[in-house]
Amino acid sequence: MSGPDTQTPVGASVFLSLSGLDDLIRSLKQSGYEVVGPTLRQGAICYDRIHAVQDLPRGWTDRQEPGHYRLERREDDACFGYVVGPQSWKQFLFPPMSTVSLAELSTDGWRVTANDGANEPRFAFLGVRACELAAIAIQDRVFQQAAYTDPIYAARRERALLIAVNCTQAAPTCFCESMHTGPRCSSGFDLALTELDDGFIVEVGSQRGATLIATVATVGVTDEQLQWAEERRSGARKQQRQMPRETARDTVLGNLQHPRWSEVAERCLSCTNCTQVCPTCFCSSVHEVTDLDMTRVERERVWDSCFNLEFSYMNGGAVRNSIRSRYRQWLTHKLGSWHEQFGTSGCVGCGRCITWCPVGIDLTEEVVALAGGST
Amino acid sequence: MAAKPRLAVFKFASCDGCQLTMLDCEDELLALGELLDIVHFLEASDRAEPGPYDVTLVEGSITTPDDAERIRHIRQQSRYLVTIGACATSGGIQALRNWADHEDFLKAVYASPQYIQSLATSTAIAEHVPVDFELRGCPIDKRQLLDVVQSLLHGRKPHTPSHSVCLDCKRRGTVCVMVAQGIPCLGPVTQSGCGALCPAYDRGCYGCFGPSVQPNLVSLTTQFHATGMATPDIVRGLRLFNAYAPEFRHESERLAGDRARECDAPTAIAEEVQS
Repeated sequence: MSGPDTQTPVGASVFLSLSGLDDLIRSLKQSGYEVVGPTLRQGAICYDRIHAVQDLPRGWTDRQEPGHYRLERREDDACFGYVVGPQSWKQFLFPPMSTVSLAELSTDGWRVTANDGANEPRFAFLGVRACELAAIAIQDRVFQQAAYTDPIYAARRERALLIAVNCTQAAPTCFCESMHTGPRCSSGFDLALTELDDGFIVEVGSQRGATLIATVATVGVTDEQLQWAEERRSGARKQQRQMPRETARDTVLGNLQHPRWSEVAERCLSCTNCTQVCPTCFCSSVHEVTDLDMTRVERERVWDSCFNLEFSYMNGGAVRNSIRSRYRQWLTHKLGSWHEQFGTSGCVGCGRCITWCPVGIDLTEEVVALAGGST
Repeated sequence: MAAKPRLAVFKFASCDGCQLTMLDCEDELLALGELLDIVHFLEASDRAEPGPYDVTLVEGSITTPDDAERIRHIRQQSRYLVTIGACATSGGIQALRNWADHEDFLKAVYASPQYIQSLATSTAIAEHVPVDFELRGCPIDKRQLLDVVQSLLHGRKPHTPSHSVCLDCKRRGTVCVMVAQGIPCLGPVTQSGCGALCPAYDRGCYGCFGPSVQPNLVSLTTQFHATGMATPDIVRGLRLFNAYAPEFRHESERLAGDRARECDAPTAIAEEVQS
């Protein structure tokens, strides 16, 4: 057991056993964190509250193709032997529904209380992948730009502890390598785990991580273990798909009248699934909910999507009145104008929009087609 | 104090489930009674006052010549006429008769069919009279009903989104049953309103709230085919509670290669009643 005075420095690694991970989860809960990690639910690996290692999807993996996801048994008992599921950490940092403010009528008139984030929960995320760290960094820019900081996001984000896990395999839908967002977790985490047969190599990424790992029993890492970890991680670099990262922006913005937009619109359901599973999409709408006697009004914010006709409704009608224009809006924003707005692409290469599209539309394929097949 | 707005509820061909939603507003029912004078609601009370009414809720579809006449009278007596539920807004499950011969049904069901007067079609209220607002669902959703009533009282737009059920699944954290389990689901083409109930229990969406706005039926049924679903099963899936809603109807007819009977024009029905 390493004491606070002998903390593992940031950038260094230690070895944590499986029972040590159990202790770590318990330690987090004792420190007042809501621990969220991967669990099995409804035929998929979903992020939910966990209490112990036994809640993790041990021995399970996922098989993903466009429009297709199935759980399968692994030959081993790995805790993190899958890629990414339908949800991202967006669910917790930018909740699907939140109360922005509340107005109540009393004899003194209306009293309005804005949600300043003071009561938002304190999460510890276990199992954050490299593409998801990149997505969180993007949403940080979206929600925390100086003058427009969102108090709910900012409070949850500031309190959140990020325990990353390096991928050891890639799904056919993954393309993080071509987006330079993975598969190796390189920054933005408090701790980063690489799973071995009998435990984890834990890399310390922050002072908060160093303090946390000091609360449980760890041992020093051997060169052999570091070698094994490197071999495991290399498994995630075998990626079938890729995005032409350097040219995607010009391709989508330079071909606004390409016939391909009409072709993809014939397949696109405009159902919003791609935007909802995307870890960076951030559109929402705000509406008021009143009680019957009109003395209490809640201002609610809910996830919304550029694929909804009503989302572009302005005086006189909907601006994007066809599936073609809505799909084009999504892709040109995600890969194109996102750069002007936030300084990066809006895509991290996680492949969720490919897997969870009910008809399997693949944005990497669309970009290649828009470029005339020449990228 | 000004008189409270008068609310009436009327029933046509239907199962009463949508009216029941009003009674399901248990916590809000007393407050609703404070805001409105419920003057005609036979499922709840034997009070049955004549019009005029400020707000009229109409459940059920038009299936008989008498009903085609009755709805015209109700329309004349109503300031706002709101149709509630799949029967009233699209003809309901009973609109399956529109693809069949209703005379055959009469002979099969009734010992003396000559005493039965019914139309060859089951159609939405809006096919017969102007409707101020259509509230979808089989049955309707209680929160949406309260919102529509409130919106009429306060002169604001109702909050009844036209997007797909998928968005609600994602908001509540339900895993897509189509992608993860291969279950055919009408969610991508069905309007929100139920809160995405069925997929949360590992079932595909049945389309109870009718077509979403600009639904891409052809793409979805092509995907159903690709995952091994037979055409007759897809047609049956589309011909449920909202079978006669235009987008579902046209796609099921494209796949089945048949055509439903068109609704008789209200004037033709009126002439039939008079003769």
